[in-house]
Amino acid sequence: MKAFADLYAALDATTKTNEKIAAMSQYFRSAPSEDIAWAVHFLIGRRPKRLIPTRDLVEWAIQEAEMPDWMFGECYQAVGDLAETIALLLPAANASSQKPLRYWVEERLLPMRDWDDRARRNSMIEAWREMSERQRFAWNKLITGEFRVGVSQNLVVRALAEASGVEANVLAHRLMGDWQPTAGFAAQILAQETADADVSRPYPFCLAYPLEGEVEELGDVRAWQIEWKWDGIRSQLIRRAWRTFLWSRGEELMTDRFPELAAAGALLPEGTVLDGEVLPWKDGAPLPFTQMQRRIGRKELGTKILAEVPVVLVAFDLLEHGGRDVREQPLDWRRAELERILGALGEESHLVASPIVGGASWEDLKRTRGQARERGVEGFMLKRRGSIYRVGRRRGDWWKWKINPYSVDAVLIYAQPGNGRRASLFTDYTFGVWDGGELVPFAKAYSGLTDEEIRQVDAFVRNNTIEKFGPVRRVKPELVFELAFEAIQRSSRHRSGIAVRFPRMARWRTDKTAEQADSLETIRALLPREP
Amino acid sequence: MAEPVENLLERNSHGLYCAAGGFYVDPWNPVDCAVITHAHADHVVPGSKAYLCVRPCTPLLRLRLGAEAAIESVDYGETIERNGVRVSFHPAGHILGSAQVRIEHRGETFVVSGDYKLAPDPTCPAFEPVRCHTFVTESTFGLPVFRWPVPAEVLGEMNEWWRANQQAGKASVLFAYPLGKAQRVLAGIDPSIGPIYTHGAVEQFNRIYRDSGVALPPTAYARSAPTKTDWTRALILAPPMAKASPWLRRFGDFSTGLASGWMRIRGTRRRQSIDRGFVLSDHADWPALLAAVRASQARTVWVTHGYRAPLARWLAENGSDAHAIETRYEESAAVEAVEAEP
Repeated sequence: MKAFADLYAALDATTKTNEKIAAMSQYFRSAPSEDIAWAVHFLIGRRPKRLIPTRDLVEWAIQEAEMPDWMFGECYQAVGDLAETIALLLPAANASSQKPLRYWVEERLLPMRDWDDRARRNSMIEAWREMSERQRFAWNKLITGEFRVGVSQNLVVRALAEASGVEANVLAHRLMGDWQPTAGFAAQILAQETADADVSRPYPFCLAYPLEGEVEELGDVRAWQIEWKWDGIRSQLIRRAWRTFLWSRGEELMTDRFPELAAAGALLPEGTVLDGEVLPWKDGAPLPFTQMQRRIGRKELGTKILAEVPVVLVAFDLLEHGGRDVREQPLDWRRAELERILGALGEESHLVASPIVGGASWEDLKRTRGQARERGVEGFMLKRRGSIYRVGRRRGDWWKWKINPYSVDAVLIYAQPGNGRRASLFTDYTFGVWDGGELVPFAKAYSGLTDEEIRQVDAFVRNNTIEKFGPVRRVKPELVFELAFEAIQRSSRHRSGIAVRFPRMARWRTDKTAEQADSLETIRALLPREP
Repeated sequence: MAEPVENLLERNSHGLYCAAGGFYVDPWNPVDCAVITHAHADHVVPGSKAYLCVRPCTPLLRLRLGAEAAIESVDYGETIERNGVRVSFHPAGHILGSAQVRIEHRGETFVVSGDYKLAPDPTCPAFEPVRCHTFVTESTFGLPVFRWPVPAEVLGEMNEWWRANQQAGKASVLFAYPLGKAQRVLAGIDPSIGPIYTHGAVEQFNRIYRDSGVALPPTAYARSAPTKTDWTRALILAPPMAKASPWLRRFGDFSTGLASGWMRIRGTRRRQSIDRGFVLSDHADWPALLAAVRASQARTVWVTHGYRAPLARWLAENGSDAHAIETRYEESAAVEAVEAEP
């Protein structure tokens, strides 16, 4: 636990990528395999199911610290992170655990599942007493699962590559899918030979950056394959060893949730992997994403919902063909093979090839892009002809060229403190728009301001609070922000009757007064026509 | 026994006011007579007709107020009378010339702590508990999550960081509040590691510290250093506000550190975008606040700036007659306080 807690502290102490990689690589070189497996597991953001309710954890910590309940609340508000608040609040540490990470996870954390409250409490308190403050913090992080330390899967892969000498692409692939953090697995990750066996394992997704600058800078339009950019669940459909697996980009296995795709997968040739977007789809066109949310939320999928919200996989790439990794083949070749495979499935299939959009010039495409909203897509994907399928987010071959978001001027009406890096600053805002002389809450937004602007808004909130409800402040309606968002829908769950997707602050409209903000009426005009 | 004077001290729109004595303690507006606990900018407002402070505070106050200001001073422990009210100054352990102000009138005593700490600091005399009826305490770090590591260990970490930067060929830029914190670091860090340079804001106070007899290692003013200076072995002490300034460019490749009690909180530390946070504060941490309140044996406690509500509530729940007293700088955000934490 000492080495792991030190690694966590080292990662936390720097914002520099190279230093993070160096810290991890050093850990991977020196830690035992069974610790490495667990460290990788946590660093790439996996976590065991929550074994202890937060409420209990806090309760035990304040008992151990001999603090009243309200004091925990005060401290948490100042610190902004549960695991850290507990680590700081516990009585001063005078021990340090020499036991390995594997011991703490396998013999102390996971068994809690089977213990009663008393045993859990005693075990937790003993654990805290055995650890240094730094270890307590890392341990609490493992338990609360908020393991954010500014490390992406990509960085972990680079550190593993540096420590083992295995190529990063191979490592990235080995870390995909449904593996268990055992010593055996750690040995497999770092193995030099590369014949990998897991049949369910997806490939790392190739991701696009938003287009920078003008589209004309990409050169000749004929060098690019243009597709619509769909607003669905990015997924890989895998058919191997006569079994079908559907993985989301969040590496969640979703096969059971989309029985139509599981069935469709069975019709694919052996050794096929498709990349695409799962979309709610009817009569050859996507349904609004809110329909998909209805379906995602359910445990049981009745025949009614399956009939109302059918899904398809709109496939746009072929990663494995005949059991062979074809990611290094040029895009045009992969596309042709994809069309051939899907063409053989027939009209009624739930697997659809994402259509290629034609355009003789960028001007042409700009006009077509105007139809995006009507078509229920977010814009275009631009893919360089002849390019290979890359790992992760890269500049150059894939670009997303989104349509301009909707925007609305709204007034800041409520604020509350943020988490983590933004603890003890008011960074989470609720915005209102006018409705008959009254400001009604319309959207919440957290992102889009610079640190300097956040500081200014924070000062405004502190000096202009009208009312407090717990951590939430109602403020004088004075500041106006331009909010941007991607989609707009009717909603019975929101007081404004409207739900928007991905709202964020595009601009602080210091030139506008609250009276000049938009009204609900003008926003309603943006809604799609009633079906 | 004389009637206790209920309002020997009151808080009005200019600050803490002693009506019987006709003076304020650390007023935030110009007044006739200002009694000053210490020379940090948030405790000293220019423009008052007369100032009273403890002797070692005088040169610092003079620097803030200019040659014209009327400053009277007395020694620690010496009593001076103002309209029959007895006033004396007692070490607060915060910075050079910091004091708790004891006010006594008709058998009633108040002690206004100003800012204070209990941890050892070679640059000023240690905090001295003073018994009183009412203790006015600060609460900058009035939450139990604020618990300071041993200062010697923190200084040891600074030495290590400095050495590691030297090996990596980087200058070490350490941000610290220019009055008090910077000198405490200087007095505690290992000067044999390499040369120490300072920002002008730090150097002006170094001069006063040295003139007052505080031993500090040699420092050089960074701006006067020759253009070809090799900074990679140097420690550079600068005020936090220099963080975003082009002044830093001269140092080439450098690592940044910040010495502040706020570095105890990860979120605050990360928000500062510095490479290293050192938990070193000139304020009392939670255990020290409780210890100071206990040592004063006061039956009433006034809690001012910082986390006053939680500290007052804690004290009240543990048997003190404690009150949170609003001060002018309401709810200064932690992020501003990093700059302001004197």
